[in-house]
Amino acid sequence: MSKTVLAAECPECAADVGLDADARVSEIVECVECRSELEIESVDPPTLVRAPEVEEDWGE
Amino acid sequence: MNPVGPRLGVLASRVRVEEKAIMAALDRRGVAFEHLDPRTLSVTGGAAWAGPEFVVNREVGHYRALYAASALEAAGATVLNSAAATHVSGDKWHTSAALLAAGLPTPATTLALTSEAALKALEEIGYPAVIKPLVGSWGRLVTKVADRDSAAAVLEHVEALPSPQSHVVYLQELVGRADRDIRVIVVGGEVVGATHRRGDEWRTNVARGAASEPCPLTDEITDLAVRAAAAVGADIAGVDLIEAEEGRLTVLEVNDRVEFKGFQSAHPGLDVADRIVDLLLSRAAA
Repeated sequence: MSKTVLAAECPECAADVGLDADARVSEIVECVECRSELEIESVDPPTLVRAPEVEEDWGE
Repeated sequence: MNPVGPRLGVLASRVRVEEKAIMAALDRRGVAFEHLDPRTLSVTGGAAWAGPEFVVNREVGHYRALYAASALEAAGATVLNSAAATHVSGDKWHTSAALLAAGLPTPATTLALTSEAALKALEEIGYPAVIKPLVGSWGRLVTKVADRDSAAAVLEHVEALPSPQSHVVYLQELVGRADRDIRVIVVGGEVVGATHRRGDEWRTNVARGAASEPCPLTDEITDLAVRAAAAVGADIAGVDLIEAEEGRLTVLEVNDRVEFKGFQSAHPGLDVADRIVDLLLSRAAA
C-alpha cells in the first residue's frame, strides 16, 4: 500500500484530500469528507478537479 | 527495450485501479511509456505520428476508445486491443454475430430494428426476456421484462432515447442461473484465470456490487474463453460465461477493455496487469 504523502484541496468542500506517493495524473480519488469523485489534475503541485460525469458508453 | 526501442503508450482518460496497475507494471520493469489522454488526443490522417508505436487501449468510453484506436492504427501504431476488436466486442450485436459465426454457444438473441418489431419478436421469444442497449456496460439499462405490458413500457422509453442506435433493440432469452456468472480473463490467447461473480440481483456486474470468488478452471471454461476472445479478435479480453440448461456453459459477452479489480482481489497470486505488459512488450519486440 502506498503511503499518503501529498494533500490537495477538494474543489467541492475544500477538505484536504490525501494522495498516495504513487498518485498519477487522471487518477480518480474520493474526498473523504464530501464523497465527491475527484480527478488528479496534477501531482506537482497536487491539484484536484471534479471527475467527469459517467457517460452512456462507459464501461468495459 | 526503450529508449532505443519502440515507444509505448497507455491510452486512458480515467486512471482507475486497472490502469494504475498497468502503469506500475511498466514502471517496475523500468520501461518508459507515455500516458495518452483521449481528451487531449488528436491524430492527423496521413501525417507522421510522433507518439507511441504500441499502445494499450484502456479508454473507458467506447466511442473514444474505438476512434482513438482506429486513428492510431491509421497513423501506423499497433493498438491492443485493435480497433476491429473494439468495434466488435464494444457492441452486443456485433459480439453475438461473431460468437455465432465461430460456432460458440451463446443465448438466443434477436435484433429488432424498431420497437414495434421488438414487441412482435418477444411474442416468439417468450417472457421473461432481456432488453439490452447495444453499447454500454456495468449492467446499465439492461432490463428484464416479465410480460408484454412491461416490455411495451420499456420500449416506449427506448424510443424516447436520443441516439438512432438506441432504437435498434437487442433482445435475449433469459438464461438459467442469471444470478451468477463466470468472468474469465484471457491475455494473448491464454487464460489468466477465472472468477465466479455472484450478486444480490440478477445482473452480476462487479460495478453493481457483485462479489468475485476464485473459479477453478476446467477444459470447458478455458476452451470457450479462448475461442470467444479469438472470435471477436481480442488479444486482451474478459469473457463472461453463464450456466445454461443442464449446467452447460454459454458465452454471454466479451469485454475488450476488461476491468479486473474484482478478479484481482479474488486472485491475489495472479497479476493481470503484468500479463498485459508481457503481451505489449512481446508485440513491441516482435
